[in-house]
Amino acid sequence: MSTEMIAGQVLYPGSAEGPLLKLTAPLSFWGGVDPATGEIILGSHPERGRSVSGSILALADPIGSSSSSSVLLELIHNRVAPAAILLGTPDAILIVGCLVARELGLKAPPILVVAREWLHTLPNGRLSVSDGMVRQIS
Amino acid sequence: MELTSEERAIAGGARGEASAMAMRIVAETGRLLGADRLIPVHSAHIDGCLYHGDAGVLFAEKLVELGGQVAVPATLNVGALDLLHPKRVRLDDRRRDMALRLMRAYEALGCKPTWTCSPYQAGHRPPAGVDVAWGESNAVAFCNSVLGARTNRYGDFLDIACAIVGRAPRYGLHLPEHRRATMLVDTSLLSAALRNLDAFWPVLGAWIGRNAGSSIVAIDGLQTFASEDRMKALGAAAASFGAVGLFHVIGVTPEAKTRADAFSGHDPEVTVQLTSEMVRIARGWLSTSSSDQVDAVAVGSPHLSFEEMMTIADLVDGRRLSLPFYAHTGRHVLKQLEERGKLADIEAAGVTVVVDTCIVVTPILPAKSGVLLTNSGKFANYAPGNTGWSVVYGSLSECVETAVQGRLVRDEALWS
Repeated sequence: MSTEMIAGQVLYPGSAEGPLLKLTAPLSFWGGVDPATGEIILGSHPERGRSVSGSILALADPIGSSSSSSVLLELIHNRVAPAAILLGTPDAILIVGCLVARELGLKAPPILVVAREWLHTLPNGRLSVSDGMVRQIS
Repeated sequence: MELTSEERAIAGGARGEASAMAMRIVAETGRLLGADRLIPVHSAHIDGCLYHGDAGVLFAEKLVELGGQVAVPATLNVGALDLLHPKRVRLDDRRRDMALRLMRAYEALGCKPTWTCSPYQAGHRPPAGVDVAWGESNAVAFCNSVLGARTNRYGDFLDIACAIVGRAPRYGLHLPEHRRATMLVDTSLLSAALRNLDAFWPVLGAWIGRNAGSSIVAIDGLQTFASEDRMKALGAAAASFGAVGLFHVIGVTPEAKTRADAFSGHDPEVTVQLTSEMVRIARGWLSTSSSDQVDAVAVGSPHLSFEEMMTIADLVDGRRLSLPFYAHTGRHVLKQLEERGKLADIEAAGVTVVVDTCIVVTPILPAKSGVLLTNSGKFANYAPGNTGWSVVYGSLSECVETAVQGRLVRDEALWS
């Protein structure tokens, strides 16, 4: 049952469902996430050791390497990508990972931009993403 | 998003299937980001040639099979192999084979095998004001900031797609109104000695990366201290600690001849007066080890310039290093060093010169991890996660002295 809904700007379309993984610091996928496993590896990151695999990943600030599109593509190819990505700001680098996955016949996660304040206040639990809407599932 | 009739024809396959695929990627990215149309680009720097896994190889080889060729001059960033010194890299045979296939695929697409993250010091220097499509976060920051050419932060795959169609979406840093500074970082309260210290610049870059957010920063107070290599080091740290694609150094970089020029006559939205305490805290972000132990030294992210390699030779000064010392540079510099007869001296001292790649993108450091001393903000940021080594940050002279003496040599007075 949906208890709350929020509309986002669709950067890459699709639908997904999964547990929320809220990152409390900016992250570069390259240098930050192991492309083989989905584990967060950046030494200084507060969520180091958690896996992005299958999550609804809330990332207010995508930063860093231009190879992050490659890492997202490899995560998709290795079936350990996030189920969906919620960003606080548009990011061209991650979109391209999804577009190339589609060219290679792989299913890529939806990417949405949602209000930064909302990202920060999200309660833990399961979320669904579809048609540009994010819903809390109770 | 409006495509011209020619662009629509390319997307429909008029120039072959590789161009059609590239045009779909370029146009779709532009549409998703809200670009109104595509613009011609004059060159590209391609960051997709580093092996991360098999999907990237599939993509590049698909472009080759479909007849893809770049339409504009394109240089290549680092790969996962040192092709001149194959034994430097400890990849297993399968990964080595895939990494090589990827590098060869990008060459087959017509890109120049420069294999460097400092293409702007290997002759690839677009003039101010022209539009280009560059990947590699430090190269993007340098290209926009120091050269004044215009590029967004092109991710892997979009860079080669733009190079194949010779076009890029018109948005972001291609538009002059998005290049204006909004945040002023004033360094003029810091001592001249600190601002004149090479090792200060990556620390300043890390501070900007963590604090700028999506603002474009103009830095004041560096007029008499800026050099190309210092701005390269600043940009690399800012782009890895944050999402910085453009910064201005007032009185130095092409779009910031004056403060008014950098802010296009507006007032800064945010002004920060940098203090030595803020620099001290930011410096702490670049070290994950507080012990006196050092097991190896790595310098050269971004790849060292010829002048930086000569500085290492001067600092070594005929002595013999007792710790492993990795110096990363491009083939273009290796050739110059050989011509001057300097390469043999540097290697005889015990420096391992690595080209085409570096320690944070491929396994070069000994598998048994330890403590790495570096003068690179980018290495300091990525080495712990990518290599398992902890890091200590120091100046280039501290790096060389430490490697000579075999124990951590510090000169804290430099930072006062």
